[in-house]
Amino acid sequence: MTSVAPTNTDLAVDKNPAAPEKPTAPRRFSVNLRQSGIYIAFALIVALFSVLTGGDMLQPQNISNIIVQNSYILILAIGMIMVIIAGHIDLSVGSVVAVCGAITAVLTVNHDMPWPLALLVTLIAGGLIGAWQGFWIAYFGIPAFIVTLAGMLLFRALTLTTLGNQGIGPFPDPLRTLSNGFTEGYLGNVGLGPLGGADLVSLLVGLLAVAGIAVTQWRARVGRIRYQQTVDPMPVFLLKIIVPSALVLFVVVQLARFRNLPWVLVLLAALVLGYSLLTNRSVFGRHIYAVGGNLHAATLSGIKVKSVVFWLFVNMGVLAALAGVIFAGRLNQANPVAGNQFELDAIAAAFIGGAAVQGGVGRIVGAITGGLIMGVINNGMSLLNAPSERVMLVKGLVLLAAVAFDVWTKRRAGAAR
Amino acid sequence: MSDHILQMRGITKSFPGVTALQDVNLSVRRGQIHAICGENGAGKSTLMKVLSGVYRHGTYEGEIVFDGEPCHFSGIRDSEQRGIVIIHQELALAPQLSIAENIFLGNERARRGLIDWNRTNHEAGLLLRRVGLAENPTTPVTELGVGKQQLVEIAKALSKKVRLLILDEPTAALNDEDSEHLLELLRGLRNDGITCVIISHKLHEVISVADAITILRDGRTVETLDTATDQVTEERIISGMVGRDLDHRFPPREPRIGAEVLRIEDWTVYSTTQHDRRVVSNVTLSLRRGEIVGLAGLMGAGRTELAMSVFGRSYGHRISGRIIKDGRPIEVRSVRDAIRHGIAYATEDRKRYGLNLIEDIKRNVSAAALERLARRGWVDDNREYQVADGFRQSLGIKAPDVLSVTGTLSGGNQQKVVLAKWIFTDPDVLILDEPTRGIDVGAKFEIYTIINRLADEGKAILLISSELPELLGLADRIYTLSAGRITGELPRAEATQERLMTYMTKEQE
Repeated sequence: MTSVAPTNTDLAVDKNPAAPEKPTAPRRFSVNLRQSGIYIAFALIVALFSVLTGGDMLQPQNISNIIVQNSYILILAIGMIMVIIAGHIDLSVGSVVAVCGAITAVLTVNHDMPWPLALLVTLIAGGLIGAWQGFWIAYFGIPAFIVTLAGMLLFRALTLTTLGNQGIGPFPDPLRTLSNGFTEGYLGNVGLGPLGGADLVSLLVGLLAVAGIAVTQWRARVGRIRYQQTVDPMPVFLLKIIVPSALVLFVVVQLARFRNLPWVLVLLAALVLGYSLLTNRSVFGRHIYAVGGNLHAATLSGIKVKSVVFWLFVNMGVLAALAGVIFAGRLNQANPVAGNQFELDAIAAAFIGGAAVQGGVGRIVGAITGGLIMGVINNGMSLLNAPSERVMLVKGLVLLAAVAFDVWTKRRAGAAR
Repeated sequence: MSDHILQMRGITKSFPGVTALQDVNLSVRRGQIHAICGENGAGKSTLMKVLSGVYRHGTYEGEIVFDGEPCHFSGIRDSEQRGIVIIHQELALAPQLSIAENIFLGNERARRGLIDWNRTNHEAGLLLRRVGLAENPTTPVTELGVGKQQLVEIAKALSKKVRLLILDEPTAALNDEDSEHLLELLRGLRNDGITCVIISHKLHEVISVADAITILRDGRTVETLDTATDQVTEERIISGMVGRDLDHRFPPREPRIGAEVLRIEDWTVYSTTQHDRRVVSNVTLSLRRGEIVGLAGLMGAGRTELAMSVFGRSYGHRISGRIIKDGRPIEVRSVRDAIRHGIAYATEDRKRYGLNLIEDIKRNVSAAALERLARRGWVDDNREYQVADGFRQSLGIKAPDVLSVTGTLSGGNQQKVVLAKWIFTDPDVLILDEPTRGIDVGAKFEIYTIINRLADEGKAILLISSELPELLGLADRIYTLSAGRITGELPRAEATQERLMTYMTKEQE
């Protein structure tokens, strides 16, 4: 690990009240720390709960539960971190989840609409809700905080109007499968020795994912070398392939031993992959960071700032609609109080995952990790039979600690300037 | 031998990896105005931080003797107790509080914990009179211009019974009138027995106001000049600061001027904030290929307003007039239009309007022309790196690589990133608004070289600058702007500072 060497100088600098003018090496390291701190924290939290629960945490069924139980928050977190990167916030997503669940329920249960069509209509409705909020924020210039606070009330009211005081259900089976179901064992099981039987399709998908990680990393490295950029030394490079691969394989093997891959996991994986590409590699994604990093500079660089913000909220609306369908499908009914406080979980996930309060910083994978940290805390503490108020207490402290860490690293970087 | 109020001897201050000050000596005589000159990074600010106790005693070597007593400050409070007050470049006033509240902030006129407002406002009034500021002490600071805020800072210093007043770039943000007033005030304070140390880049001011000038270069004292006995000129100071003489202050260039590329006709702009105030009136100007055209004007003349309104209506209200590019009238309704038509504008305030300081060099360079690096909406990372790295080398951006965050770069290097960003849009016309503001002399030379090179490549440059020598040294032709109107147009050969100033101050007939 190359980052080990600068650690010492970094600490030495820290003890010295007078910050240096040009700490080149420590700067690199603190950037790394700021980005990778979240993953280290995640690993530590998982390890802690694994020990505390005597290994129950990592049992096949429990891993499956963590994914299924948090899928909708993770989907919201994807949209939320993009909104936050652009320097805005969305407080309405919980209510949008509820109203979209209600729309799907009314269409499929009351009007017997085929489920794919109902899903499509719901997603469009989510997009329109996002467009409504995006219009006020981007083109009318009202702070997102206010617009989405109003939206939080508006769409909750709409949900209550639609549903009255009761839930609508049950949902058609395919939608329930999307939320709760698992892929079929198309190719049967294979024996994994002492681990017992496991689903072959799941295992193949896992191997494919690992191959994908290795190939994309390798191609990126080759490309960088061709353009004479500096690349990680070989051991670090291999580590960056091996660690995520091992993680993927571990999760997949556990899931394959339980009930194959949850469909929401497949969906989530696709979303994470797609949105990571979008934010890192697309022109639109780059513009999000530019807008959040310096709005004036972005405007004067010819970036269509208003359009970027507008479409971000449309996107958030669509993702909230998707989360709404999945949540409703999981409960098997559309509920008037569905999605209550989801916005807080999604926002917390984004900030724990490394988003900056001022905008301009954040990654999709970070937000997912942030969401999983909260999910693991929830799950682990419930395995330990902790009362819900204590879970809340811990989550609050974790959120505060994460943002404090972010502010601290930034202040140090600022002092070093 | 007149006595010294302050003596700093053998000051050495090092940070891990960098020696910021090495054996610096500074002796300030009682009741004088003492200027400190040096490029950015020469160690001026570090020296003042050592003096004021920001870097506490023990973190540096050498000794400080103030008024005959050795000093061991462990914080700003200690130095202020002794009467050493420092006014920073970025003013530290609370905008929503009143002048009086600001003056006595942290030093409230109170009795048993309750503020005595009558006494506060009365004493503030006395201090305001002393600094020549005719404002009501209860006025919120936010309603004052930068020049007046500067005076409030000085009043605040006076309230602390200041004996040695240190001003860091006090006139950097002021127009000539406010600057002159400030300098006059310093002369007045000197007569009252207050010693001043002033750090400034504006050398003519330094010469006019200072009794002694100490020049720092690369963390060492070069020399101390006495304006009464030594023959002090700007050239002399500059050669001390850079170790290079003035002949090379502007790089040489053989202009090769081609056909007209941009013409602005009858351009009128009203203020964005006050809709009935005209800020640019019937301006007509033209730029030719390979030509550097200067735009001179005092603060408030409408230079930036003119430039930004042309640049895709980024400023202004009820804009009227025509833009003619290569002989054809064009519509420039947005920044994108402007970029598409080959017009680029590098802002005067690069931190606020020019750069995304939390991003790396690479992403800043590509920001205005990301589409050029993309296919079907997807950015080619490696090409982007290559392009940015090319600019890093060709413009001499001093950074380990283009993944360095722009916020950590020096002003000159940040400016080069801004230039790279606009050069990458492949413009025919570059409007450069104060391209060397807040940049040290060495980096200025590099920026000038880049500007010349761009002109040699056939681009038309509109150079907006408050520094007349800069315009005279670079421009082939200079327009003067006064109160929103073009009041003169001079070829380089006919332009002098005096003539330009005459036109720049010309009142509307």
